[in-house]
Amino acid sequence: MSQNTAPIKRDQGVHRGPLGGGPGMMRGGEKARDFKGTMKKLLHYLSPYKVSFIIVFVFAIASTVFNIIGPKILGKATTKLFEGVVSQIAGTGNGIDFEYIGNILLLLVGLYIASSVFSFIQGWVMTGVSMKITYRLRKEISEKINRLPLRYFDSTSQGEVLSRVTNDVDTVSQTLNQSLTQIITSVITMVGVLVMMFSISWLMTLVVMIILPISAVFIGIIVKNSQKYYKQQQEYLGHVNGHVEEMFGGHIVVKAFNGEKRSIEKFDGLNNTLYSSAWRSQFISGLMMPIMNFVGNLGYVAVAVLGGVLAFRNLITVGDIQAFIQYVRNFTQPITQIANVSNVLQQTAAASERVFEFLAEAEEPPDTTNPVVLESARGHVEFRNVHFGYTPEKTIINDFSAEIQPGQKIAIVGPTGAGKTTMVKLLMRYYDIQSGAVLVDGHDIRDFTREGLRDKFGMVLQDSWLYNATIMENIRYGRLDATDEEVYQAARIANVDHFIRTMPDGYNMMLDEETSNISQGQKQLLTIARAVLSKPNILILDEATSSVDTRTEVLIQKAMDNLMQGRTSFIIAHRLSTIRNADRILVMNKGDIVEQGTHTELLEKNGFYAGIYNSQFEEADIY
Amino acid sequence: MLRTIKYLKPYALTVVVAILLLFVQAIAELSLPNYMSDIVNVGIQQGGIENAVPQVIRSSQLEKMYIFMTPEEKNSIQSAYDLLTPSAANYAAITKKFPAATEGEVYVLKDLSSEEIDALNPITGKALLAVYTLEQASADPAKMAELGQMTGMELPQLPAGTDIFALLQQIPAEQLQQIVDAVSEQFASMDSSLITQSAAEAVRAENEALGADPQSIQTNYILRVGGMMLLVSVVIVVSVILNSLLSSRAGAGAARDMRRDVFSKVESFSKAEFETFSTASLITRCTNDITQVQMVIIMMLRLVFYAPIMGVGAIILAVQNSPSMTWIIGLGVAVLLSIILTIFSISLPRFKRIQALIDRINLVTRESLSGLMVIRAFNTQNFELERFDKANVDLTENNLFVNRVMVVMMPAMTLIMNGLSLLIIWVGSHQVAASAIQVGDMMAFLQYAMQVVFSFLMMSMMFIILPRATVSIRRIDDVLKVDPVIKDPETPKPFDQKSMGLVEFRNVSFRYPHAEEDVLCNISFTAKPGETTAIIGSTGSGKSTVVNLIPRFFDVTDGAVYIDGRDVREVTQVDLRKRIGYIPQRGVLFSGTIESNLRYADENATEEEINQAAETAQASSFIAKMEGGMDAPVSQGGTNVSGGQKQRLAIARALLKKPPIYIFDDALSALDFKTDAALRRALNKSTEKSTMIIVTQRVSTIKNAEQIVVLDEGEIVGKGTHDQLMESCETYREMVSSQLTGEELLR
Repeated sequence: MSQNTAPIKRDQGVHRGPLGGGPGMMRGGEKARDFKGTMKKLLHYLSPYKVSFIIVFVFAIASTVFNIIGPKILGKATTKLFEGVVSQIAGTGNGIDFEYIGNILLLLVGLYIASSVFSFIQGWVMTGVSMKITYRLRKEISEKINRLPLRYFDSTSQGEVLSRVTNDVDTVSQTLNQSLTQIITSVITMVGVLVMMFSISWLMTLVVMIILPISAVFIGIIVKNSQKYYKQQQEYLGHVNGHVEEMFGGHIVVKAFNGEKRSIEKFDGLNNTLYSSAWRSQFISGLMMPIMNFVGNLGYVAVAVLGGVLAFRNLITVGDIQAFIQYVRNFTQPITQIANVSNVLQQTAAASERVFEFLAEAEEPPDTTNPVVLESARGHVEFRNVHFGYTPEKTIINDFSAEIQPGQKIAIVGPTGAGKTTMVKLLMRYYDIQSGAVLVDGHDIRDFTREGLRDKFGMVLQDSWLYNATIMENIRYGRLDATDEEVYQAARIANVDHFIRTMPDGYNMMLDEETSNISQGQKQLLTIARAVLSKPNILILDEATSSVDTRTEVLIQKAMDNLMQGRTSFIIAHRLSTIRNADRILVMNKGDIVEQGTHTELLEKNGFYAGIYNSQFEEADIY
Repeated sequence: MLRTIKYLKPYALTVVVAILLLFVQAIAELSLPNYMSDIVNVGIQQGGIENAVPQVIRSSQLEKMYIFMTPEEKNSIQSAYDLLTPSAANYAAITKKFPAATEGEVYVLKDLSSEEIDALNPITGKALLAVYTLEQASADPAKMAELGQMTGMELPQLPAGTDIFALLQQIPAEQLQQIVDAVSEQFASMDSSLITQSAAEAVRAENEALGADPQSIQTNYILRVGGMMLLVSVVIVVSVILNSLLSSRAGAGAARDMRRDVFSKVESFSKAEFETFSTASLITRCTNDITQVQMVIIMMLRLVFYAPIMGVGAIILAVQNSPSMTWIIGLGVAVLLSIILTIFSISLPRFKRIQALIDRINLVTRESLSGLMVIRAFNTQNFELERFDKANVDLTENNLFVNRVMVVMMPAMTLIMNGLSLLIIWVGSHQVAASAIQVGDMMAFLQYAMQVVFSFLMMSMMFIILPRATVSIRRIDDVLKVDPVIKDPETPKPFDQKSMGLVEFRNVSFRYPHAEEDVLCNISFTAKPGETTAIIGSTGSGKSTVVNLIPRFFDVTDGAVYIDGRDVREVTQVDLRKRIGYIPQRGVLFSGTIESNLRYADENATEEEINQAAETAQASSFIAKMEGGMDAPVSQGGTNVSGGQKQRLAIARALLKKPPIYIFDDALSALDFKTDAALRRALNKSTEKSTMIIVTQRVSTIKNAEQIVVLDEGEIVGKGTHDQLMESCETYREMVSSQLTGEELLR
């Protein structure tokens, strides 16, 4: 009679994750740098849910204890039944004592119901808490993303942040939700079972304890090997995935050079290597359960032999041996789980460490408490002795000053890598300058709220960012409360209306998750439409024209000219035709502004600008 | 689903053996409880005495037993035992085990089958029990009185030490028969296991009388059965391990084959199919989805198939064991299934949504990371937070629901199993009281019932695994079932070897599937060998689409493209593409070295040819500056090479192929003016006889082309040389004036 919850739980944890290593056990041990500190932080983070955790603990313990004492009480019923049968045969007693058995069974019904209810309450509360925590962590990370200075992302890749939102938070939530409960129940089960066994016979318990080192050896061997093969499998999987990504990404080139056959040949080689490590890894991870069961059976036989001897000498009753043997059968399973605990805790620590690190990153300095509020800006911009560097040690802009009158068109030029976007980042206050000041309409931009400042700007970036929504929604992103008609209008101004209408579903066409179902140039046009819609006072075009052909550019330029009547604009471009009409040209090289003036002024100066202009002019006409 | 099974075909033998091993495992697992209960019931309770047929018995005792037997019974016993003589083969063994056997006349049980022993069991059991009870009684007057009451007879009060059996033999046959009948009647109500159990004590006393060590008998028994149990355990371990081995191989093997097929299939896709799936999705289908399927196959072979085998086996044994209680199993399974079905019908839709919701939250995060600047520029942080929060709330709610359903499920299952065992004990003990079944049967039934319930529970796990797997399988299937639009003709025609490189568009129209308008409409032009044909137009004018039709990346919707007089759809794709050197808009390099990338066009190219191509493509100088030169490594996606360098390498690669037709699909725009010009100068020399087709936006690049085709919104609005077009084509003039000032035009 082993009617406890053991078998259900055992199979629950066996296959999780895409490659069948449960959390922890089969994967390589990933370690937190500061285990203690992180655990403290995690506990602190969990402290608002103290009451819930106490409930979880109490009910998990109660439920497990009830389950453990079940067999012992049930043993009484079966003993009574035996006695009854024997006495019935011997004719001595009153036959089977149904009242007694009935009472015990009723008691057990109560016990089991209570155990289930406790386990249910425990699980319900735990799930709620872990989901709340997961939600909160994700929310905090997403808010954090918006508060971090852009500087942070210079040194941290998107992938890293992304993996914190998903993998790390998931690991924390999973270990909380399942492993925590599992840890409690398996520790309680093991301790409880041990106590029960000791209460029956210390000698037999000691024999059972021999299982522990044997199990430890087996678990050790299996875990070590499975980690090895798991890592290998992951590595080869990485190779296959890499090849797949590369070939699918360069599909057109593969086709153009008739490379399909070669590609498949290489794939076959990688695929076969993956196969041989994949089945080994899968195979080894499947060994744990049967081997541990076998070890359990060994213990069973040992106990039976010893029990027989003890019973013969009347040192123990037969009923006790029966109960003991049942406990032995429940003993091996928590061992496996407990063996896994330290791994799971390490994983939790490593994951939460990364999450907490991210949440603790330094944020942008807060907005001023007494901000300047402008209904709309005239567009007077002044740079006054600006010093700036991406890192404090390396100043790249040295003492730059310029005054731009409302409505002027400013071209920023310079070779690739000259730092042309830096000016934009300073104007929009993505980065704060080290000394000096940037003024808009005579106010230091640090006296605005960031929102109030950026509201005055319209921007079209080099990498045209769009999101997974309809074309309509993407254009509307420029001004969330714009009407459909305003969106159409903006699209017409950006000369993208015709294109949109040739697409399936027109304005309601969904951009796919990589926004790759429209071309780069088309994306750029949409971002222009988006900027048009936002009706900015100051316009920034960051190489916006580079992937739009010149004819379209002319049309856009016309629209922009209309839009910018009386508005200041900053344009970053290589093209001379765009630059020529500028009221002022800022020439940049190696991060710094090296010259400024009009086209003619700069040519006359015969400096850096004249150098680029003349070389380009020659080359362009070399044909 | 069917397609997956097809992939298991090559592993049919492996799968069959794996399933057979599951049968072995199930049979072994089902027999394990018997050994376990034997150890407790026989080994410990009965001191290792299995039945009421003693192996060795004193002839004096046998005589006493005969009193309680019918003549037939006596006969069968006499034929089952031999008198032990020193000449007997087993004399030494017997006397070793029973040292006292040498002292008097003893009988030894012949070597009998277990059926024969089972037949003897009730006879010897009854007789032994009767003799034993009387012996006990004669030693204790109180017991004698009890016995008298029980048999309803006046038994003489005998002085202690009287031999009651001598007395019995002396009493008249009729009276003796009466006593024997009374005793038999008493035993009639007992089932054989109880007789055995009661007689075990008598057998033990007899063994002791013969000088045997009862403890060693017990220990031997436990060790023997324990050994059997361990043997069965070994069978289980071995079959599980072998099954694990085979299922892993079958699963990983099927996954390998499937991965290969998906990959090859995708390699046969044209641009059109690529666009309908999106590259990222194709990658996922070729990697993660297949890993999912591998998992499922392994799980199926290890657990899911095992459950029904185990369940059916346990049901058969349970029904054989105690048919009268079968309804309890039925009830248990019914309750279990109704709970499982209710739970799953509630949660299945939510289960299916989990992955989509996780993808969603990933996407929103990725977007808000890549759009940092834009988001801040438009002050849409709150909009983004709301978007994220919505995804987060959706995911959390869904997960909470699913997890809570699981929370309900586990205790419910435990309760059902526990309740079921209590019910079996309650009902069972009444049946025992009514002598319908025996206690041992009830215990065994309990085990089987648990196994039945448990196997149903395991089967219900399919509800969790299958939905996720079917999504993956469907996604894989979507790829495999695609019939690529662009296929080689059934009877491909060869190219005419003489004429080389004439490209002709005749009334070509093209429309993307499901699009509202044509991208290209009625395009006709001819590109001749030795000439440069430029295609110019604004973004969205369809100029890239035009050149994509030549190597059949797409097929025309209407009209036809001819190369050297052949419709491109009449020749094989390999033949067609051999004639074309295509340079894409985005320079694509593969991981390897610079040289391996160039050799991609021609594996047998000489070093000189490679250097020549690099020289022409203006790539030599920067290659020379790279560490390792031609052997410099190129990382995946070519991330360690700049955009312009990639483009020049892509051009060198195409040059190495030495095709009659070159297509520059907007490939020159990534180059600065200087490189562009130098490159074109070099190209002119090395591609003198080739057909050059150049797609571009830069007027300067193609000013001197023999033919310029001007596209606007999918239609040809002008065709001719630069000068001709300046005269006749308004669109072209607009384009030119936006790029070159009047001053420059004059030069």
